Amino acid sequence: MRHVYGWLLLTPAALLLVGFTHFPAAATLFDSLFSTGTVVRPSRFVALGNYAALADDPIFWQVLGNNLWFALGTIPTSMAIAMLMAIWVNDRLPARALVRMAYFTPTVLPMIAVANLWLFFYTPQIGLLDQLNAWLLGAPSHNWLGDPATVLACTMVMVVWKEAGFFMIFYLAALQSLPPELEEAAKMEGSSRWYFFRRVTFPLLMPTTLFVLVNATINSFKLVDHLFILTKGGPDNASSLLLYYIYQVAFSFFDTAYASTLTVILLLLLAGLALVQFQLVERRVHYR
Amino acid sequence: MRPLFALLAAALLAATAPARADTELTFYYPIAVGGPLTKVIDGYARDFEKENPGIKINPIYAGNYDDARIKALAALKAGQPAQISVLYSIDLYELIEQDVIVPWDDVASTAEEKAWLKAFYPSLMMNGIYKGKVYGIPFQRSTIVLYWNKDAFKQAGLNPEQPPANWKEMAQMAGKLVQKDAGGNVTRWGVMVPSTGYPYWMFQAFARQNGHDLMNKDGNRTNYGNPDVIAALQYWRDLGAKHKVMPEGTVEWGTLRQQFTEGKTAMMWHTTGNLTAVKNSAKFPFGVAMLPASKQRGSPTGGGNFYMFKKTTPEERKAALTFVKWMTTPERAADWSMATGYVAVRPEAYDTAALKAYAKDFPQAVVARDQFKYATAELATFQTGRVRKLLDDAIQAALTGQKTPAAALKAAQGEADRLLKPYR
Repeated sequence: MRHVYGWLLLTPAALLLVGFTHFPAAATLFDSLFSTGTVVRPSRFVALGNYAALADDPIFWQVLGNNLWFALGTIPTSMAIAMLMAIWVNDRLPARALVRMAYFTPTVLPMIAVANLWLFFYTPQIGLLDQLNAWLLGAPSHNWLGDPATVLACTMVMVVWKEAGFFMIFYLAALQSLPPELEEAAKMEGSSRWYFFRRVTFPLLMPTTLFVLVNATINSFKLVDHLFILTKGGPDNASSLLLYYIYQVAFSFFDTAYASTLTVILLLLLAGLALVQFQLVERRVHYR
Repeated sequence: MRPLFALLAAALLAATAPARADTELTFYYPIAVGGPLTKVIDGYARDFEKENPGIKINPIYAGNYDDARIKALAALKAGQPAQISVLYSIDLYELIEQDVIVPWDDVASTAEEKAWLKAFYPSLMMNGIYKGKVYGIPFQRSTIVLYWNKDAFKQAGLNPEQPPANWKEMAQMAGKLVQKDAGGNVTRWGVMVPSTGYPYWMFQAFARQNGHDLMNKDGNRTNYGNPDVIAALQYWRDLGAKHKVMPEGTVEWGTLRQQFTEGKTAMMWHTTGNLTAVKNSAKFPFGVAMLPASKQRGSPTGGGNFYMFKKTTPEERKAALTFVKWMTTPERAADWSMATGYVAVRPEAYDTAALKAYAKDFPQAVVARDQFKYATAELATFQTGRVRKLLDDAIQAALTGQKTPAAALKAAQGEADRLLKPYR
């Protein structure tokens, strides 16, 4: 009887998970083994043919590389900034609520709105960035989004700006739950602020750091809204990311089979990363 | 329990109520330019219903062209199809390959209806006809034109009423129009041609001007590797790299209009769909001209057509024909053109009193029409998304200096041949 009760409790969540997560994932895997069917050429079983095509697809490798750079560029930076901001606004400073809100504002804005704002920051000549540049440094105008060398970095800066405030909230919550006795004790012992941070605060924040790290990693593969507004992946795929490429293949090229193949790769990649993070980092995380 | 039953009963009644003789037409439409256009479309639908009792119109705004296509196709697959839709003119081959549309010729039965199929500008029909049958009725259509800042022309000692007529003149005039500050930094460019979003579209103009279309009529062959086409891309690249009259790298489609109205470029190539917006925000006198010529003038057309879907009853098809005919009468075409800046799709629209009066005050509005005789179809092939992206990438690679125009275009042609071989 207990079993039945337990299973009944699990059912709603399990049904939703299976229906909206596990079944689509399995269907995607299944679809990736067939060719895309049209009226003219019906779908047929191609085994790993789509995966072979993927290995030969230079754009896939390019967007995968872009995505890794994008992850490397955004995750540590946004986490570090988030932690700094949290420690800063956790102190008793004047107009604390205002500062916190200011840091959190970018998170509240939809990504599409943010991208529209930054599009004009980056616009050569009339954009904020170029005007500051000219005014402060007298530097010539630069075509930020039109230059393959700078476009990916530009999107990274924007994402860090948007994400850091969100992660700050988690750090802030964690900081507020730290017992104040620790700080008082440290003060009595005469430890410096930096020493206290390094040996007390930082280790105690590790569970939050793990949580934020997992989220930041997933976001760096999931967040592509800005590309629709800023660059459409260009110039010449220089700013394109894996998920955006999947969107193009599925809805612009109508190649659903190849899109499924790419999705399987993305799933594997994320699952692998999450596993590694939980396995490796958890050893260094002290709960309580 | 009782209120729930009452609710259910009410819902059932509501669901069965509209089973009258009304024919209901659902249509998806995209909007790709600025302005409160959903109101205009809703207004048309209500006016039509008043004049045609028995037909109900549900217009559904569906985002940009890509969104509209995705939503319409998804609705078809889900079994609750729209009967007609305004979709991208270049989606033609895709829709044919998916076997979801029928030609309007199949429904047009009277002589008058058949004549209506021929009432539009021929260059607007190029993207709508496949194997002799009309699948797309032009509705929101545009071309590329050259906008120029008359004040800047005056400042540079050029005749403000005379835009460049050919490539050489454009490069020369643009050179005079470039303005630099004391430190040698450019404060105003000579000309800008956008190269994000729709680079293939802009490039079609260059290629056409240099004597070539980029694809054949059957949509199964591209012409990317032609020497004249390569020369056209070289010219585009040279505007930035050699003549230094355009910024190097790509020029953003979305912000170009502001750069022009802020006086940061003296000339720009852009869609006529932006005309009304430029008119409302430019603080200086500006002119609109046909694009300059190399061997000839030329510009692709673009925009959305009305399509009729296959899953429709004969009554719905009749009603759809009535509605689309109503939407494209000369008066309505004129009204739509003034509301948006899109071109009026048939010649008679330009003879209506309303549009004549409008053009008298604002002659820029008829330049696109005059350019029609040099216009060509927008790039559309089978596998159109991929084939188009190959060209987009090649153009951007050349403009950013990563590849030479010849290498980029030849590689794109090779890939396009591979994709299109099964369709020949």
